[in-house]
Amino acid sequence: MKVLFDLFRAFFTIGALTFGGGYAMLPMLEREIVTKRNWATSEELLNYFAIGQCTPGIIAVNTATFVGYKVKGVIGGTVATLGVVAPSMVIITLIAMVLENFMDIVWVQNAFAGIRVAVCALITVSVVKLFKSNVKQHWHIALAIIAFVVVALLKLSPVYVVVACAVLSFIFGKKVQKA
Amino acid sequence: MSELLTMCIEFFKTGLFAVGGGLATLPFLTQMQENYNWFTAEELGNMIAVGESTPGPIGVNMATYVGFSSFGILGGICATLSLVLPSLIVILVIAKAMNAYQNNPLVQNMFSFMRPAVAGLIAAAGFSVMKIALFRQADTFLASINWIALILYAILVVLMYLKPLKKLHPIVFIAIGAVAGILLKM
Repeated sequence: MKVLFDLFRAFFTIGALTFGGGYAMLPMLEREIVTKRNWATSEELLNYFAIGQCTPGIIAVNTATFVGYKVKGVIGGTVATLGVVAPSMVIITLIAMVLENFMDIVWVQNAFAGIRVAVCALITVSVVKLFKSNVKQHWHIALAIIAFVVVALLKLSPVYVVVACAVLSFIFGKKVQKA
Repeated sequence: MSELLTMCIEFFKTGLFAVGGGLATLPFLTQMQENYNWFTAEELGNMIAVGESTPGPIGVNMATYVGFSSFGILGGICATLSLVLPSLIVILVIAKAMNAYQNNPLVQNMFSFMRPAVAGLIAAAGFSVMKIALFRQADTFLASINWIALILYAILVVLMYLKPLKKLHPIVFIAIGAVAGILLKM
């Protein structure tokens, strides 16, 4: 029972403090799940993100379900998922009540401009950490750069990248293992 | 009541078919806006702005907002749960299978190819956030740089690498950003 409560609290925190959704969640996940509670490793988190890219649904929700399931089975997955969506539901309902005048307030706009910059800085630090732990060989660098170009510059869906990696692993997997 | 059910079905479909997260739900919402009169195109635009700058996954924010504005609090809860339900089911099935196949060399190989690529994908997502936060519309590259934002960004990154500050909760930096934004009139 305590584990379930802990799961809910951890993912409630993540849901409440993640601005921008999706990958912006990574710094928070790393801290709450990997560093503080040891529920998953950094590698597992990336695996979940990879699966999240090619399965339906919101990545934050997918990751919550995965981690929750790993910790406490089906109930754990359900509780973690509810935890991650609960803050949004409360906050957005409140905002929806006053939305008309909310985004017109100048200092609110200014605060959000500053928050977006902070989110950039947080993502930068996470990305650097990710590259250090997961991009070690020449072909890793090539894969990372190709993935970046395909999505950031060619504007293709990340689904193609993930599926292409799966196909490549079937073709070249044995060679890489030997090397 | 039957319209509430229709909305739940629409959000269930969105949750089932929006692959890739983030703004992947957007095309479905645009379609919903055209087919039903639950919200206007302008409201959808406002919602994206709020969704981008409030905590939580954007898809969830959108569902709560649309549900609430059309059917009240019950609508917000129903829409959000309908959106989340398909991925909950799909991921639970995959997680079960993954426990069984985790040590299979084929699966391990697959992940060793995916991890560096996902690192690149996340870098790309960071890049698109930076474009919005640190640059503005302008004719030349130099004119498009938002210097105040860029300097604040540099300071924050340096702070995050300083030993005593490294362990601070990310919310501290988000708060610093919010205060700086207000004081500097960004």
